[in-house]
Amino acid sequence: MSTTTRTGRIHSWDLSTGVDGPGTRFVLFVSGCPLRCLYCANPDTWHMRDGRVATVEEVMAEIEKYREFITTAGGGVTVTGGEPLLQPAFTGEILRRCKEAHLHTALDTSGFLGARASDELLACTDLVLLDIKSFDITTYRRLTGGELSPTLNFATRLDRLGVPMWIRYVLVPGWTDEPESVEGLARFVAGLGSVDRVEVLPFHKLGAAKYEALGLPFRLRDTPSPTPASVERVREQFRGHGVRVH
Amino acid sequence: MTVTVTLDNRTARAWRGFTGSGWRERIDVRDFIQTNCTPYEGDASFLTGPTDRTRTVWEKVSALFPEERRRGVLDVDTATPSTITSHAPGYIDRERELIVGLQTDAPLKRAIMPHGGLRMVESGLRAYGYEPDPFVTRVFGTYRKTHNDGVFDAYTPQMRAARKAGIITGLPDAYGRGRIIGDYRRVALYGTERLIEAKRTERARLDACPSDSDVIRDREELAEQLRALDELTRMAATYGCDVSRPAVTAQEAVQWLYLGYLAAVKEQNGAAMSLGRTSTFLDVYLHRDLADGLIDETRAQELIDDFVIKLRIVRFLRTPEYDALFSGDPTWVTESIGGMGDDGRTLVTRTSFRFLQTLYNLGPAPEPNLTVLWSPRLPAGFKEFCAQVSIDTSAVQYESDELMRPCTGDDTAIACCVSAMAVGRQMQFFGARVNLAKALLYAVNGGRDEMTGDQVAPAAPALTGEYLDYDELSAAYDRVLDWLAETYVNTLNVIHYMHDKYAYERLEMALHDHPVHRFMACGIAGLSVAADSLSAVKYARVKVIRDATGLAVDFSTEGDFPAYGNNDDRVDSIAVGLVESFMAKVRKHPTYRDAEHTQSVLTITSNVVYGKHTGNTPDGRRAGQPFAPGANPMNGRDRHGVAASALSVAKLPYAQARDGISLTTTITPEGLGHDPAERAGHLVGILDGYMAAGGFHMNVNVLDRATLEDAMEHPERYPELTIRVSGYAVNFVRLTREQQLDVISRTFHGSL
Repeated sequence: MSTTTRTGRIHSWDLSTGVDGPGTRFVLFVSGCPLRCLYCANPDTWHMRDGRVATVEEVMAEIEKYREFITTAGGGVTVTGGEPLLQPAFTGEILRRCKEAHLHTALDTSGFLGARASDELLACTDLVLLDIKSFDITTYRRLTGGELSPTLNFATRLDRLGVPMWIRYVLVPGWTDEPESVEGLARFVAGLGSVDRVEVLPFHKLGAAKYEALGLPFRLRDTPSPTPASVERVREQFRGHGVRVH
Repeated sequence: MTVTVTLDNRTARAWRGFTGSGWRERIDVRDFIQTNCTPYEGDASFLTGPTDRTRTVWEKVSALFPEERRRGVLDVDTATPSTITSHAPGYIDRERELIVGLQTDAPLKRAIMPHGGLRMVESGLRAYGYEPDPFVTRVFGTYRKTHNDGVFDAYTPQMRAARKAGIITGLPDAYGRGRIIGDYRRVALYGTERLIEAKRTERARLDACPSDSDVIRDREELAEQLRALDELTRMAATYGCDVSRPAVTAQEAVQWLYLGYLAAVKEQNGAAMSLGRTSTFLDVYLHRDLADGLIDETRAQELIDDFVIKLRIVRFLRTPEYDALFSGDPTWVTESIGGMGDDGRTLVTRTSFRFLQTLYNLGPAPEPNLTVLWSPRLPAGFKEFCAQVSIDTSAVQYESDELMRPCTGDDTAIACCVSAMAVGRQMQFFGARVNLAKALLYAVNGGRDEMTGDQVAPAAPALTGEYLDYDELSAAYDRVLDWLAETYVNTLNVIHYMHDKYAYERLEMALHDHPVHRFMACGIAGLSVAADSLSAVKYARVKVIRDATGLAVDFSTEGDFPAYGNNDDRVDSIAVGLVESFMAKVRKHPTYRDAEHTQSVLTITSNVVYGKHTGNTPDGRRAGQPFAPGANPMNGRDRHGVAASALSVAKLPYAQARDGISLTTTITPEGLGHDPAERAGHLVGILDGYMAAGGFHMNVNVLDRATLEDAMEHPERYPELTIRVSGYAVNFVRLTREQQLDVISRTFHGSL
């Protein structure tokens, strides 16, 4: 398949500010994800088959409409999902074309499929937003349905390649707020030189309506959002290891 | 060439240390600013907080607000038609005030101004439990005709019908038109004696002209201007200020300037009584006094704080109907801040910061309407401070200095919300707006009104197909808009002829050059409804539902269509086309006093009332549902975030809407980033990106939906909650419930 006609399955695109990497960004949501995180805010992106087929050209034409804006505003393009590395050729092509257009590129991933990211793809990625859902193997499995080790391997590889990372950690009461587990993650992250910051994101239930619309059970329906104090405690734990926290 | 200027002693003292010569030889404040201002490239760290004195004065007057809010007005002088000299001096706290002067003899006591219309005064009084004064009623009902009487003498039946149906609406035919900015800085820089001399010279130039009606009117107006300057001098004297001479100190400069403005708001209850572009002018005086050691930064800030306190309590007596249109008692004391000079230097000074700092020192408030003239080239420290103030107070609006400067120069100020004009050289005839969405329904219905069935536009064949055909509809729409533009311009000509005749702004015009450049400021409302409706007809299938008389009363839309507000050219081009075509139609019709035609895409809060009077539209909007404000996309239809929405609006051509294009955005704090410390930088980026793309205006609200909902339930907890709506700011708790719900239902740009 020639690269110009390469297609992928996408859910949607959006413009956001300060939440999907630095500045105002064009955010491409691709469809399909191998994990089933209990707190997922985008259950409508789980299945590739639910996405619509889009060519790289089509996506780039849409991005082009915002190139001047996001350049002036100090932003870029973020590929997220779903799991972008479920479609590594498509994702890689988008990142490469954005790089050529002198746009800052970010890849938002769980790292579960990190092995599918080629060095070439990573060379076109200015920043990886790496979601580490838990540092406890059992919790990770219960929370996501997948294994933790591929993510940690990916993080180590990114560090070796010198690819800047923002580590994202969603704080879910009763799931990811256990001090020892946070401590382990903080120690691990502190050892990664290319980590630029850690974002501790309080769990929210804004995606609940989507579950209802899709007729899916939202299993964290009764889980509360973390208190500001507990968010601050976890941030402090990371800071204690010399990590920049936001 | 050496210019020798002989100065009397008091002028020499006032102008000590100033440079440049052009402004000395002629009345030219811009030249004075260019040769004397000190641009400031630093950050906000030099600013100071409120002093005990400032707090005491502000608390004293703000203690009156709850009672005013409860009763609608605190007090009215029902018996004294207001003039520049009608009322004895008034004070908030005579011992502590640094800047003095009130519209009447007590703070928040309103005056009546019947020259615009007696009916407006009487219904305003009755609405708040006051009886109109019999003497005033006799004078203005028997002996002295008003603007309002004059207009209705000259309206045609067609104009009345268009007005009644609400297809032409918000017209200033019963009250002061406003949107005229006197160059109040002239009072401080020159003193009234010199201004009177210059006016006499202008008038003498007309002596040799043949006495045709234009020249006679100009002579009479100039005579009135001279009289008004004399009255200003006398009014100032009652406050112990000799404004016949130029201001000597910074305190005098602020005071003289304010007295000029005060004279205007004592005489006129114009819809918008804007201040101009005063901060950088005043900075020259503050800078000089600081350098001379006469004042310190704390006192400099106190002077601006005290000035702003006065601007916050400007009041007019208005009716509940007016409030339904423009809620929250707005006066549009718009102050334009920042911008760049033609020579590439910034016009940002420390006093630009000091004006914004009042939102911290006195707390957030809707007035004065602080307007930053934005350019990506503004100093970084100033941009960052503006963004932080927006995030903290939601009380600032932004307009593109890069779009305005080539058209109206680097001494441009905004009148009202988005109307640009060169201070002291240009003015406008405010023309409110026409309802483009209703006009589209007239096209479907052969000129009949969809709410009443009345024939308002000239009878034409109604569209009869089961489904609307895009070409057929476009052609019919074009004919309706031809009629509308003609009726509209002719209506405005009547209004402004009569306003000049019966309620001429003597003092404001005395602070303009003669001859002055005039704009005829037309406007359009319902742009996004009209564009989306046309998009529905073009890209989906729209079935017409008719009542027994054949009137189209509803539509059923099959299929999807692109909506304005998603940076999608398929529909954005329709919106652009409407702006261009209506402007071209307006330009075909001659204007009163050869005013230059312009138009705005602005509704202020009137989008709620216009929506109420407009039937179901093909875009799926239900009858009575509010329009989007200004040039905004319809609520909830912009689905790709604030940048996509803004870029649709940025496509509207400023050259065809020189009276301004208004966009109101509401962003949740989280929508500007997870990290509070980075949000100001991100907002700077959005403003830079939007303006670089050709965007004209942006109101920025940084708010949570939950905050607004809580404020609806518990207004007493949020007396200061300020939000921006389409060109001005209001206290949220002073909006009508309908308008509050409209604001809350608007798209919040947040993130999941």
